[in-house]
Amino acid sequence: MTYALEQSQLDGIESILQEDFIDLGVHCAFLIDMAGNIIASLDNARHKHDVYSLAALAAGNFGAVSAMAKMIGEEDFSLLFHKGTAESIHFSKVMNEFLLITIFGKEVSLGFLRLKVSEAIEKIKTILEPAYAP
Amino acid sequence: MAFINLKKREVQVKIVYYGPGRGGKTTNLEYIYNKFNQRIQTQMVTIKTQGDRTLFFDFLPFDMGKIKGYDVKVQLYTVPGQVKYNATRKLVLRGVDGVVFVADSMTVRRKHNMLSLKNLQQNLASYKKSIFKVPLVLQFNKRDLAEQGIPLLSLETMQRDLNTHLKAPTFEASAIVGTNVPETLKKIISMTMLSLEKELK
Ligand SMILES: Nc1nc2c(ncn2[C@@H]2O[C@H](COP(=O)(O)OP(=O)(O)OP(=O)(O)O)[C@@H](O)[C@H]2O)c(=O)[nH]1
Ligand SMILES: [Mg+2]
Repeated sequence: MTYALEQSQLDGIESILQEDFIDLGVHCAFLIDMAGNIIASLDNARHKHDVYSLAALAAGNFGAVSAMAKMIGEEDFSLLFHKGTAESIHFSKVMNEFLLITIFGKEVSLGFLRLKVSEAIEKIKTILEPAYAP
Repeated sequence: MAFINLKKREVQVKIVYYGPGRGGKTTNLEYIYNKFNQRIQTQMVTIKTQGDRTLFFDFLPFDMGKIKGYDVKVQLYTVPGQVKYNATRKLVLRGVDGVVFVADSMTVRRKHNMLSLKNLQQNLASYKKSIFKVPLVLQFNKRDLAEQGIPLLSLETMQRDLNTHLKAPTFEASAIVGTNVPETLKKIISMTMLSLEKELK
C-alpha cells in the first residue's frame, strides 16, 4: 500500500511542527508512519539527529510497546515518554498509522509539551485524514 | 507502505530481509554497508544479542539516487530469524514494500528454510498481504561453502522446496564474499518500484 502527500499538505504539517514545537523551544519534532517512513521532520538547527534511524527505532519501539499492551489486555498505550539527562523524547500516536515524536531539553516542561502535542495532533489529523484512507 | 513526498519529490520504500536464523540476512546488510558506504550517510543500526544474533532488527537507509525524477530512499531491514522471535519479526514486517528471502543452502537447514517461508506467508497474511503479490526475491545463500566440502542443497531441491508456487527470481549468493548480494538488492528494488508504479496508476 502506498500513499502520497502533496506540497500543501506537507507545508501544513511542517508549519504545525514549527509553530507548536520548534518556536516554543522543542529541539526536534517529527512525524513518521508505523512503517518507519518520515513524513516531516524539523529541528532548531542546533540539535540535529539521525532522523532515519530514529524513525526506524521509534516505529519498532512503539510497535513493541503496543504488542505488550495487547498482551496485558490494554487496548494500547497511546503515548510514550523517555527521560534523559540532557534531552527527553516523547512519542504520541496520531490516528492508528502515525507517530508524532518530539525531542526536548530541560527548558520545556512535560506538562506544557503534552498540551501542545494534543493540540498538534488534532490539527495534523485534519490534514492526514483525507490523504490517508487505509 | 511506501510514502511519496511530493514536496521533496522523494519516495521512501521499506525492504525486509527475511529467512531462517543464521541464514545470512545481517551479513547481506553488512556487505551492502561496507561496499556502498558513499550512499549511506549513517551508521547501520543493529539490535542484537551478545552472541551476534539479531534480537529485533538491523536497519540501513540506502540512497538509490533518482528514478524518474524522484529521489528514492530505500530502508533496508532484517528480521530476527530465530523461531522464538516471531512477535518482533512481525513488527518489522509492518508496512513492507518488498521482501528478500535469504535461504540457507546448507543441507542441514532444509527444514528451517521451508518453515521460515511458511512463517513469512502467515505474517504477511496478518497484515492482509499475500506472499504471491508482494515483490519477492529468493536468495540461495552460502554457496561458497561447497568449496569447503560442506554438504549443500542442490539448486533444484531449493527451487522445488521454496519456489514451486512462488516462481520468484532467485540468486545463488555468498553474503560473506558478496557474490550476488548487490544483484539481489538491485532486483528487489526494481521489482518494488515497478509494483509502486502499478499501484499509483
Ligand atoms: N560461509 C558463509 N557464511 C555465511 C554466509 N552468510 C552468512 N554467513 C555466516 O553465517 C552466520 C550467520 O549469519 P548472519 O548474517 O548473522 O545470519 P542472520 O540471518 O542475520 O541470523 P539471525 O540474526 O539469527 O536471524 C555468520 O557466522 C555469518 O558469517 C555465506 O554466504 N557464506
Ligand atoms: Mg541477523
